[in-house]
Amino acid sequence: MSSHFLLLALFSLFVSLVFAVLLRDEPREQVRLGGLMLGGFLALAFVLGWLMYPLPL
Amino acid sequence: MATKSTTADRASTSAEPGTLVLVVLCAWLLPGAGHFWFGRRQKGSIFLVALPLMFLTGIWLQGRIFPFELSEPLVALAAVANIGIGLTWFAARAMDFGNGLVTAATYEYGNTFMIVAGLLNFLVMLDAYDIGMGRK
Repeated sequence: MSSHFLLLALFSLFVSLVFAVLLRDEPREQVRLGGLMLGGFLALAFVLGWLMYPLPL
Repeated sequence: MATKSTTADRASTSAEPGTLVLVVLCAWLLPGAGHFWFGRRQKGSIFLVALPLMFLTGIWLQGRIFPFELSEPLVALAAVANIGIGLTWFAARAMDFGNGLVTAATYEYGNTFMIVAGLLNFLVMLDAYDIGMGRK
């Protein structure tokens, strides 16, 4: 597997899962925080990817 | 017997210092073991699966288990992070995995997965310690 995006998504999934379980006690809250973190990771990757698109100038 | 699931349900008594050392050692060797110790099976089972799997994904991605080279501070720090995963690290070393393939496109990804898996387990150990101290 060498898709940068899939690896990024997999990494984000692991990190979000562990942090959500670590920081919240209720399963419902864990799913909410985990989803929020995963979405944040992926959205930020897209934004940073497009911001870096014109580089190097 | 019902599992205690919320913070409010749990007693906030602290464990004995000797027990705490043992819990932290177990939590290091086996991710989530500390949570199992204190009856938090849901959290423990997720850590037990997710963290070794993340480390093994790093090995699969041709990442490297870093050696303890004190002459190279960053390599030594990466080695400390790697060993944070506990038994999985020893098993991987024993089976001669994690040699790393620098030319592989996924080499740096693999390193990142393995380093972060170890560091996350340090956080999980600290969480188990906090539970043992009655802070959570």
